[in-house]
Amino acid sequence: MATVAPSRVRTGRGVEITLLLLALTLGIGAYALVGLATGDALPAGFGGYAATLAAIAVGLHLILRWRAPYADPLILPIVMALNGIGLAMIHRIDLRLDARGLTAGFGDRQELWTIIGAACAAVVLILLRDHRTLRRYTYTAMVVGLVLLVLPMLPGLGVNINGAQVWVRVGPFSVQPAEFAKIALAVFFAGYLVTHRDVLTLAGPKILGLQLPRLRDFGPIVLAWAVSILVLVRQTDLGSSLLFFGLFVAMLYVATERWSWILIGLLMFAAGAVLAANIFGHVGARVDVWLNALDPEIYNRDPGGSGQVVRGLFGMASGGLFGTGWGEGYPDLVPYANSDFIMASLGEELGLTGVMAILMLYLILIERGIRTGIGLRDGFGKLLASGLSFVVALQCFVVVGGVTRLIPLTGLTMPFLASGGSSLVANWIVVALLLRMSDGARRPAGEGGGGLVSTETSLEVVPGDSEPPARDLDPGDTGEFASDDQHTEVVERP
Amino acid sequence: MNSPLRKLSIVIVVMFFALMGGATWVQFFQANSLNNDARNVRTLYREYGHDRGPIVVDGTSVAYSVPVDDAFGFQRTYANGPLYAPVTGYYGMYSLSGMEQAANTVLNGTDDSLLLSRIRALFTGAEQQGGTVELSIDPVVQQAAWDALGDNNGAVVALDPNTGAILAMVSKPTFDPNVLAGHTSAEVTAAYQALLEDPSDPLFNRTIGGNLYPPGSTFKLIDVAMALESGEYTPDSQVPAPTQFLLPGTRDTYIRNPGGGPCTSADTVTLTYALQVSCNTPFAALGVEFGADALGAQAEAFGFGRDLEIPLDVTPSTIGEDLDPAQTAMTAIGQFDTRVTPLQMAMVSAAVANGGVIMEPYLVAAERGPNLQLTYSASPREWATPMSATTAAQMTDMMVNVVENGTGHPAQISGVQVAGKTGTAETGLADDVAPDAWFTSFAPADAPQVAVAVVVEDGGQLGDEATGAQVAAPIARAVIQAVLAE
Repeated sequence: MATVAPSRVRTGRGVEITLLLLALTLGIGAYALVGLATGDALPAGFGGYAATLAAIAVGLHLILRWRAPYADPLILPIVMALNGIGLAMIHRIDLRLDARGLTAGFGDRQELWTIIGAACAAVVLILLRDHRTLRRYTYTAMVVGLVLLVLPMLPGLGVNINGAQVWVRVGPFSVQPAEFAKIALAVFFAGYLVTHRDVLTLAGPKILGLQLPRLRDFGPIVLAWAVSILVLVRQTDLGSSLLFFGLFVAMLYVATERWSWILIGLLMFAAGAVLAANIFGHVGARVDVWLNALDPEIYNRDPGGSGQVVRGLFGMASGGLFGTGWGEGYPDLVPYANSDFIMASLGEELGLTGVMAILMLYLILIERGIRTGIGLRDGFGKLLASGLSFVVALQCFVVVGGVTRLIPLTGLTMPFLASGGSSLVANWIVVALLLRMSDGARRPAGEGGGGLVSTETSLEVVPGDSEPPARDLDPGDTGEFASDDQHTEVVERP
Repeated sequence: MNSPLRKLSIVIVVMFFALMGGATWVQFFQANSLNNDARNVRTLYREYGHDRGPIVVDGTSVAYSVPVDDAFGFQRTYANGPLYAPVTGYYGMYSLSGMEQAANTVLNGTDDSLLLSRIRALFTGAEQQGGTVELSIDPVVQQAAWDALGDNNGAVVALDPNTGAILAMVSKPTFDPNVLAGHTSAEVTAAYQALLEDPSDPLFNRTIGGNLYPPGSTFKLIDVAMALESGEYTPDSQVPAPTQFLLPGTRDTYIRNPGGGPCTSADTVTLTYALQVSCNTPFAALGVEFGADALGAQAEAFGFGRDLEIPLDVTPSTIGEDLDPAQTAMTAIGQFDTRVTPLQMAMVSAAVANGGVIMEPYLVAAERGPNLQLTYSASPREWATPMSATTAAQMTDMMVNVVENGTGHPAQISGVQVAGKTGTAETGLADDVAPDAWFTSFAPADAPQVAVAVVVEDGGQLGDEATGAQVAAPIARAVIQAVLAE
């Protein structure tokens, strides 16, 4: 049995409620400022908006107290802040679109999606008492993930919007199945890799210091590669394709700790991408736009010109260091200012300072997710937590990198900020999973939460600290070996 | 598995650092060049989006911004646009001119003098507002000049010789700045192109720029000043006045008097009389006698060749370069390469009126911050002293004589002594082009209140026989009367 905790471990719920107040101030304050700047009055429906956000924050906080009292106290406030800032910006762009006589109403819809997303998160937190339950559905998750991925390609079901075949129409809604697929695939990868990691790690020849995998172990990575290239080519969706393959390679690396996998993965993806860029016009056009965005010829090219990217750059540049202030810029001049280009909109009105702050929020959120992975004692949880965190990180990288012209632009949405129901709901579910796992990671060994935790920890020597120290042979790994008894050989790690 | 997790977290940190670097690159290092890109309409919107200050004439705004419900937020509007266009210029999408350009920083609120109000706006969160520019223009005089010039192409400029304040600045043909201040890019571009391609150049402010005019006989005032300043001549000095003057270095090229006849029955005339009837031959002879350098020096003393901002840029007047004696003779009667602005010729009269001192001409009487506190007030400054007070007094009498007894008689006003000089300038463009009619003057002679220069292109409607007296002098008279009536 574990040692007795020297002192009562702080749940962090007190910190959380304080930070939630701060997050609500950010989101609601931004919304108020938008109204004050554009109409010299609080925006219509301000009370309802403030109440909704507050209710979501308080509701989720209470659910955490009830169902996951040791959950990481930073995750929920950060997500609330990002969601609130996103809502304020989407609403702000609505005002401009309205004034220009264009379709608006994205803000109200996003508010509804926020409620739905938070509700889904609540359901996940309440129903999923232990994340390891998910491991039972490893192959189900694979099927679900692959089906979701290829769904938009099915004739009659998929809808082509703005040249990308990533939507599925369900009744009145357009859903981006890829957003949900990433969760399912993360579950699958975690379950699959935790079972096969030893084979993937140890077997195979060693060439030039690189531990190469056996040829037959190549199967899964080739499959993942093929699917992501298929997505790239068939759906014109470089972003999602990069996301899945990146997720897979990252999780493969975490599971095996073999750089060779990353190297092989990167090479495969690069080769596939270069091939696609050469064979398929739309991919090549994206690269062209990326390299020569300011070229007048490419700027004016239609379709496939760099106008959108460059207008986003103009917006961010006009924001400068401190931005124009909420409601004082012209973010609507950029196409998709409230979805794909919301970071450019925020850059214009909040300036470089605001962009840095938002990126910092994401970074903290993601690092808390990784920390959760480190804190967890089971391999499946480690992989799932790091996979979900990494997928958020990669998505941020792909979106912001595209907007700032660091990498070619892809059609992904910024998690929590961008207008779009599928993305918002999916990311709220990701957050719920991270919260659930962080509760498991931070829970002192003495407190019986899920029954599984106690059985597993009973076999290990756990220090009083809720987060086991990182060592090559750490308790998480011992726990792993203890639970997966098919691995009989004890491996000496380098 | 914790070791790869930690490495992964480092990879993520690096990714985010890259993003922060990318954002910094765009929003800091590249921001300037991106903001200056012509395709970035935000810069334009921001300029337009501010409440630009008005340009005011005697308490009434002639250019002001009205809030409108479009992307720009404000519409620049010109009351009486064509009348004031030479002064206000226009505030267009892609370019600006006139006072809108010269006083842009005051009008848009970025001028250093408005720093305090900007800081205040920063703390109170108020919208940055522009300052007000109050012009020295007198609306009554401006209107009188506009009416008197009628349908002629040409220019009228009037200033207060005692201070340099410009009272009227009319240039025709003109344009409506409202057309160029529109918010529809295509329409504005089309209107601008049409104005640019108009052969009569309506975008020129003819009083201070454009193609400039040969001054004709009005230039003789500079000859007189040169002669009197030399001490060798008085108004009563006899000067040779042949019927024709053989240009030095030529065999048979002559300068003749207007009408081709003799100046008078005698071989010589007084300098006063030569000016009174505007004989060419005595002045051509004077020019040759003194030489190009002395003539050039006297012209420069009046401001020729000197940069001037009122704050609109005034094109420097010129007598040309490297003149041989024949060319000097023609220059002395305001022909050959001599090119002047009407403002310069008004300043010649103003110098005589103000005891030999030219006050620096100015258009901006005052500037005010957004809260109407005074940030600038014009203080009259001496700009040049082309002659002594004695010479000025002598020339005043000579110019009064021109109006009372000579070619300037159409400028006579009963009860007021008007001093003036006429001019009829061959433009030299083509044989069949009528000459430009000139009149430069000031009044009252004993206590001058206004100096006026008028030029009517192609002699107005009177055709080839036009002289400055018949066409231009009445216009100057109308302007003088408007000033004196106040």
